[in-house]
Amino acid sequence: MDILSNLALGFSVALSPYTLMLAVCGCFLGTIIGALPGLGPSNGVAILIPITFTLGLDATSALVLMTSVYYGAMYGGRISSILLNIPGDEPALMTTLDGYPMAKQGRAGDALVLSGVASFVGALLATVGLMLLAPTLARVAFLFGPAEYFALYLLAFCTLGGMASNNQAKSAIAACIGLGIAMIGVDSSSGLPRLTGGNLHLYDGIDFLVAIVGLFAIAEVFFFIESHGKGSSIGVKLEKVRVPWADVWLTKWTMLRSSAVGFIAGILPGAGASLGSFLAYMTEKSIAGEKGKFGTGVPKGIAAPEAGNNAAAGGALVPMLTLGVPGSGTTAVLLALLMTLNITPGPTLFSDRPEVVWGLIASLLIANVVLLLMNVPMVKVFVKVLMVPAWILLPGVTMISFVGIFSLSGSYFDLLLMIAFGVLGYILRKLDIPTVPVILGILLGGNMEDALRRAMTLSDGDVMYLFSSPISTGLWIAAIAGFVAPMFLRNVLRKPQAVTD
Amino acid sequence: MASDRIFGLVTLITAVAYIAAATQIQTNFFSGEYLPKLFPMMIGAVAAISSLVMIFKPDPEPEWPASKSWMNMGLAVIVLAFYAVLLKPMGFILPTAFAAGILSYQISPRTKPAFLAGIGLSIGLFVLFKFALGLGNIVAYRIPTPAKLWEAISILIPFVGH
Repeated sequence: MDILSNLALGFSVALSPYTLMLAVCGCFLGTIIGALPGLGPSNGVAILIPITFTLGLDATSALVLMTSVYYGAMYGGRISSILLNIPGDEPALMTTLDGYPMAKQGRAGDALVLSGVASFVGALLATVGLMLLAPTLARVAFLFGPAEYFALYLLAFCTLGGMASNNQAKSAIAACIGLGIAMIGVDSSSGLPRLTGGNLHLYDGIDFLVAIVGLFAIAEVFFFIESHGKGSSIGVKLEKVRVPWADVWLTKWTMLRSSAVGFIAGILPGAGASLGSFLAYMTEKSIAGEKGKFGTGVPKGIAAPEAGNNAAAGGALVPMLTLGVPGSGTTAVLLALLMTLNITPGPTLFSDRPEVVWGLIASLLIANVVLLLMNVPMVKVFVKVLMVPAWILLPGVTMISFVGIFSLSGSYFDLLLMIAFGVLGYILRKLDIPTVPVILGILLGGNMEDALRRAMTLSDGDVMYLFSSPISTGLWIAAIAGFVAPMFLRNVLRKPQAVTD
Repeated sequence: MASDRIFGLVTLITAVAYIAAATQIQTNFFSGEYLPKLFPMMIGAVAAISSLVMIFKPDPEPEWPASKSWMNMGLAVIVLAFYAVLLKPMGFILPTAFAAGILSYQISPRTKPAFLAGIGLSIGLFVLFKFALGLGNIVAYRIPTPAKLWEAISILIPFVGH
């Protein structure tokens, strides 16, 4: 009963009134961040990180706040999917397929409550899965040497590239942009600057927060300027909100199956929540068959992607905590947060800092309950938030981003760099080049190179050392398969098109 | 088609330049001769190959905005750049009101709401940051000397600033 005593430790950390208050604030903020179109979980968390630092929160409090925001954003994504037919974040895309048709039938309230319950089931089961699986995986992770870590990072980039984009070359370029940026700065082993072009501002390297906020938040402003903020008004009516017990009961197996599918998809390094909701929806669709009428607003079509998406969000924490390899863009940002709080994720985290891990898990459980309570009776409050017009929202987000980055270093250089990343993000997204690999590259580039260098030093420069152990060979094969397979499966696994009016 | 090819060409040139720069990385006794160069060169090589694929197998052309939108976005970049350099010498309120107002006008071109959005966001966010969150390095306003102002703006002019 190791888990129970550990969990007791976790709750003793996470259940103080102050951290509870932070959890509630985080859940509320997170739901708003997830619900607003154009403000996804990764940039939402990224914008909040610098502000968390300046508030001077300690490691546990900061983690509780940020994971609540993370889970909250996963809940919130469904609100704009259902009401506006615009996914609030990428994983919520699948929720639009049945959520919006159901809302148009005048059952917007039912759709919101049902998806909220599905989110709860998915997230709860995933958190339980995380508790059971993570300590085991942490023990396996002790077998990982530099060669294995290098292969694992490679696997993360390959699967991410395979899933996130329609064009492998483009996702490879995106990863290279990120990795290339990560190399800039003073080299840790020689103490000499690399690739800085003699610019003193670059000696410290480029802060990933600058890149994330630029690529996501600032780029979004350009998209809104292009479209003049059109298409962000609520087209469906929200009447009384009741709990549709019949639908919840009808979809119980769908929720359980989708949670399992989503959790597994989340664990794969690099795959993340979008894959989770996609696979969950497609599985349920094929189980239901033609008679299931998926895509016309059926309850199962709403429950499946939401349970899958939230389960994947929990699953993505497994590789992040045990191996230090994030499973999605947002967990990458959370990893960044951990590293800045001087917590190094990895197998030793479970033995050295149990209060952090189990406090985190306990706060996930708390956040989940808070979110269910918030999202079912109070869903109307969040619907009100969606009515904030784009011409107030986007300038506001931009200014918050500027202040956040400015409070990090107080330097104009970072701000200019952030604008440059914004322009880059706009161009990349226009060309259908995914931006998440760029972030992951900047974040993991240093560790990946470190693993390679240690492997090369250990083996005295023998390249074959990288493939020498069964684990590393397996990871290489998985990486190559993850990169190549989508090319052939593209016709089979085509993403369903969103419904149009 | 053309966009992908142009972008591929740009990344190809960047990748080659990156590899060239990587060969010039200084090394010393502690780092060994080739280790600091190895990974950057690998990245450059992968990027170069991917760029070639993009040039020879481009995707369909994306929907680029009309030239008017380009102008608007260019203007937004300039506004944000000025905001970035003026935030320190002029304090928070005035630059924020201008930047937020202009951005708001660009998203929805109506003068009065944009004006109000600028003022409202500037004061509202200042109160939020300064008093609710207690961020230290935000100052309401500063009156800069002309020399300081020029120093800030000259950052944006190539080869003049530093």
